[in-house]
Amino acid sequence: MSGTPSSDTAANGGAATGTTLVKRGLAEMLKGGVIMDVVTPEHARIAEDAGAVSVMALERVPSDIRAHGGVSRMSDPEMIQSIMAAVSIPVMAKTRIGHFAEAQILQALAVDYVDESEVLTPADEVHHIDKWAFTVPFVCGATNLGEALRRIGEGACMIRSKGEAGTGNIVEAVRHLRSITGDIRRIAAAGDEAELFEWAKQLRAPLPLVQEISDTGVLPVPLFCAGGIATPADASLVMQLGAEAAFVGSGIFKSSNPPKMASAIVEAVTHYRDPGILAKISSGLGEAMAGLETAGLTTKMAERGW
Amino acid sequence: MKPRVGVLALQGGFAAHAAILHRLDVRVDEIRTAEQLAAVDALVMPGGESTTMSMLLERSGLLEALAERLDGGMGVLGTCAGMILLAAEVVDGRADQHSLGMVDITVRRNAYGTQIESFEADIDVDGLESPFHAVFIRAPVVERAGPGVEVLARHEERPVLCRSGRATVAAFHPELSGDERLHARFLADL
Repeated sequence: MSGTPSSDTAANGGAATGTTLVKRGLAEMLKGGVIMDVVTPEHARIAEDAGAVSVMALERVPSDIRAHGGVSRMSDPEMIQSIMAAVSIPVMAKTRIGHFAEAQILQALAVDYVDESEVLTPADEVHHIDKWAFTVPFVCGATNLGEALRRIGEGACMIRSKGEAGTGNIVEAVRHLRSITGDIRRIAAAGDEAELFEWAKQLRAPLPLVQEISDTGVLPVPLFCAGGIATPADASLVMQLGAEAAFVGSGIFKSSNPPKMASAIVEAVTHYRDPGILAKISSGLGEAMAGLETAGLTTKMAERGW
Repeated sequence: MKPRVGVLALQGGFAAHAAILHRLDVRVDEIRTAEQLAAVDALVMPGGESTTMSMLLERSGLLEALAERLDGGMGVLGTCAGMILLAAEVVDGRADQHSLGMVDITVRRNAYGTQIESFEADIDVDGLESPFHAVFIRAPVVERAGPGVEVLARHEERPVLCRSGRATVAAFHPELSGDERLHARFLADL
C-alpha cells in the first residue's frame, strides 16, 4: 500500500506532496514525543514550553466534553488558527467520525494532522472518512488490531489506542495496546497463508495488511497511545507496552500544576525504561487529575467507530 | 572491529535511522544519557522537533557532553531537526533553543509551511551515480552556507545536504526512503 497516492497529490517541479511516505513521515518524527490537548493559545504555549512535539487544538478537553454533554463538533477555525499562530510545533485538530466536510475545512486551515476522533460525536455510524482523498495526514483511534487495520486501509497514517478519554484512568488504553501488540505477535508467528486468511476474516481487516504484518512483525504505521494518561508512570507503562509516543488530553490541564506535569510527562516518554530518572521526575508534581472508574461511565467513547 | 554508532533517541525519527544502520552491519546504541554517549564512536541526530530535543538535551545533562564530543572531532550526521541543532544560526526558532554551531549555516525552521507542503523529490548528490529520493517533512531551509561548508546537494537551488569537517547535515530524511547510500558514506568517512 505504501506509495498509493492520494487523489490530490500535486506534482510540482518533480516534487510530490500528500504521499503515503510524506504522511507517515511526520508520524515517524513525532515518535518518542508527547502530543498535548490544548484549548487556548496560552495552553499551547505552556505545552510548547514544556517540550510537547505537537498540540491538539480543541474546544474542550475530553473530561469537560464528558461533563458538558451535548453534541461535540470540530473546533471553531478561528480558535484553531490562533493556536497555530501561537506555536512553532505541529498543530492537530479533531473531526467527527465520518464528517469529511469538517476534515476538508481542517485541511483548508493547513493543520498538520487530522484526528478522526471518537471523542467528538460521530457524524456517520457506518462509514469512516476516505482518508486517501486528502493531502493532510490522519490519525485514528483503535481498540484492537482489526479496527486499526480497517483505519489504515481507509488511509490513516498513524494509529493511537482509544483508551477511555477524559477519565484519567489508564486501564482501557492498556487493554487496547495489549490487544493490538498481542495480535501482531500472533500473526507474525502464524504457520502459513491459510492462517493469515483466517486472521483477516476474524479481524475484519484487509488481507494485504495482515500479510504485511506477517512479513514485518510491526503495524504498518506508527502506534501511539491515547486515552487516560495522567502521570509520568502512566506514560512509561504504555511506552513499555509498545506505544511509540503519547497523546495526553485532560491529564495535563486538569492537574494542579500543568507546566510541571507537562514537562514531567515529556521526560517520562523519553526515559520510559529508566526507573531512576522516572522516580526523580515523578516527585513533587502536585495532584494528578481526578480519575473516573470506567465501570460507572454512561458514555464509552471507545465504542464509537466501526 | 565494528564501529559503534549512537542514535540520539531523546525524541524523533531515531528508530528508522537505527534500522538502516543495523542493515549496514554496525553496532547501534540508542543515546539518552551522557554515559551512553561516552561509549560510542559517532552519532546520528535524527529528525523530530528541534525545540523538544533542545530542552531534553539540557534537562538530561547531555548538552555539555555532546558539545564536548563534537569539539573533540566525533563524526556526526544530523537530519532535519538534527541539522537545526548542529547549525551555527537558527531563524524562527525559540529564543531558548540551543545551537551546537558545528556547521556554519543559517537555517530557517518550517520554511516550507505546514505538513501539507511536505514533499518527496529526487535530488542529485555529489559523488552518487544516480539521484537520491529525498523526503522533506516540515523541512528547514538553508538560507546561508559559510565559505567552509561543502554543499553536496541542492533542491531548487537551496542547499539540502552539507558537510563541514566531521559533520554532515541534511534538510531531508535519508532514513525514510530505504536508500542506504548516505548512511554508508557517513560510515565510510568515519
